[in-house]
Amino acid sequence: MRIARIALMGALLGALVHTAPARAEVAAQSWSFDGPFGTYDRASLQRGYQVYSEVCSNCHSLKYLSYRNLEDIGLSETQVKAIAAAATVPGDMDENGTVHDRGGLPSDHFQPPFPNDNAARFANNGALPPDQSSLVNARDDGPDYIYGVLTGYVTPPAGYIVPDGMNYNAAFPGHNIAMPQPLQDDQVTYTDGTKATLQQESHDVVTFLTWAANPELEQRKRMGVHVIFFLILLTGVVYALKRKIWAAVH
Amino acid sequence: MSGLFKSEIKNPVINWIDCRLPLFTMMSKEYGSFPTPKNFNYFWNFGALAMVNLVIMILTGVFLAMNYTPNTTMAFASVQHIMRDVNYGWLLRYAHANGASMFFIVVYIHIFRGLYYGSYKAPRELLWQLGVVIMLLMMATAFMGYVLPWGQMSFWGAKVITSLFSAFPVVGQPIVTWLWGGFSVDNPTLNRFFSLHYLLPFVLVGVIFLHIVALHITGSNNPLGVEVKGPADTLPFHPYYTVKDSVGICVFLIVFSVLIFFAPNYLGHVDNYIPANPLSTPADIVPEWYFLPFYAILRSVPNKLLGVLMMFSSIGVLLVIPWLDTSKVRSSRFRPVYRPFVAFVLPICLVTLGEVGAHSPVGIWVILGRVATAYYFFHFLVLMPVLGKLETTLPLPESISEAVLKAKTLKKAEAV
Repeated sequence: MRIARIALMGALLGALVHTAPARAEVAAQSWSFDGPFGTYDRASLQRGYQVYSEVCSNCHSLKYLSYRNLEDIGLSETQVKAIAAAATVPGDMDENGTVHDRGGLPSDHFQPPFPNDNAARFANNGALPPDQSSLVNARDDGPDYIYGVLTGYVTPPAGYIVPDGMNYNAAFPGHNIAMPQPLQDDQVTYTDGTKATLQQESHDVVTFLTWAANPELEQRKRMGVHVIFFLILLTGVVYALKRKIWAAVH
Repeated sequence: MSGLFKSEIKNPVINWIDCRLPLFTMMSKEYGSFPTPKNFNYFWNFGALAMVNLVIMILTGVFLAMNYTPNTTMAFASVQHIMRDVNYGWLLRYAHANGASMFFIVVYIHIFRGLYYGSYKAPRELLWQLGVVIMLLMMATAFMGYVLPWGQMSFWGAKVITSLFSAFPVVGQPIVTWLWGGFSVDNPTLNRFFSLHYLLPFVLVGVIFLHIVALHITGSNNPLGVEVKGPADTLPFHPYYTVKDSVGICVFLIVFSVLIFFAPNYLGHVDNYIPANPLSTPADIVPEWYFLPFYAILRSVPNKLLGVLMMFSSIGVLLVIPWLDTSKVRSSRFRPVYRPFVAFVLPICLVTLGEVGAHSPVGIWVILGRVATAYYFFHFLVLMPVLGKLETTLPLPESISEAVLKAKTLKKAEAV
């Protein structure tokens, strides 16, 4: 009986631990949203949004988010309205069949930088910049990986030939990446006075993109702590009840 | 026979209903006073756990379907909409996605329990076979559910698995075209998979009902594997096993919650957060973890048709093990030679197959896959019939109550 139990637990553990496919090494970073009690660093989120809007958004869409979602990262309603209003959104159609553009509203989705994928490829030497709404979830160890790519533009090893129109990146699988180095020291000027090193900018924008992919993370983890705390108590009570009911049989 | 049923229920309203439709009497007979062997261990929780899991799946699934759009141009976006805009949509989806994994964990342990204690032997053959049908239906349902988010793994998984049928000569390709509803995995495929993914769980409910009816005819097996001899061997299901199952349900919910709230994407594949793209094949097409052992068997065989047949027979063989196992003794506790094979070698073989399924079939993985596949079939087709004849089993206890009493006296003696 005991043997069977141990064997089974071993089997299950083994089945649950699957190994990730081989790719370039990425160093693990420390993130505010790690761990069961993790939350997003609000200041970092806002700096990250600044990096996204000044740099990334020139090529990468964020189409599953709405402007109103920015209130989650601590922007005020007025700020969000202003950000939305700066975007041009196709509006109502008049009786002649003409669609009139209007300013964006907080309820509008983020407007993409290109009208469609072909236009995006045409502007980017044939490469399609992926949508960033869920990019962090779409890569193994997403936050560390994207940080690794952003900081991974190094001089290629001697003798390495980078194909035309490509760039060398230490973290990117295969090392040849179409995207030119997007961030460098002082790429942006942070409004809160933080020194904009490459590492700082990368860290902030990854925090922002992790929020963009998992906006429910804080609520989820907080709820999880409560639920599990309750379930452990309940298990104790039910187990005590079980002992009491079975006392006469044992 | 006609006329009213003579209900013994005191409450006049319930009595009035029970005389005309004796549901209350039935429930109290089948779940109240139902005589249940007194020596169950916690392995006997897993049937109830599977039931709870099914209810969670159907409830979360119904609400997800209210917000999901089965169309290739909108499916991925509608899942994003569920995760971001629907109130607690992320909770529904993460509970449903991880619920599928929990369902397979629970059912695989439930099946292992049956194998270890010989629950498939006479008179419970049909009960066991209905269980195998349930597992097959679960697999079909889970596979089609995984296609619905229309991510990269959804699309390519659907393509690989449905293409398996093309291995059959002559009829293969027409079957694939018929399954797809066209000449590639496309909108008709997604639409029918959604329809079937909603339908099959209710077919499951029907087969599970038969599984339980069959169980209540033969009665449960137990860790000793000896039949119930009299009232001294049993306890009423309620409150003894309702409370024992409740302990298991609580622990099950804790494990489930850890997955949902702290590692919701741990068992998933990152590529499914990339929208399906028929023009770009992922580096590695991997099924969900619960299919990996079967996927490994498929890929261990160099011939496609043979591989497909081996994969299907790896489940088919389970249907006939009541007759492959020749041992007169049910529980492996009394089978010293067979016991290490079923308790260790078979689980290790299945985990190995799972690992193999997660890797590209090159180098050592090919050899491991073939050895493990060979053992899997050897276990059921050779070991079971041969060992059953040759093995000297340990003496069986006279009855359940005698064994329980003896264990108790031993424990007391040790304490003194």
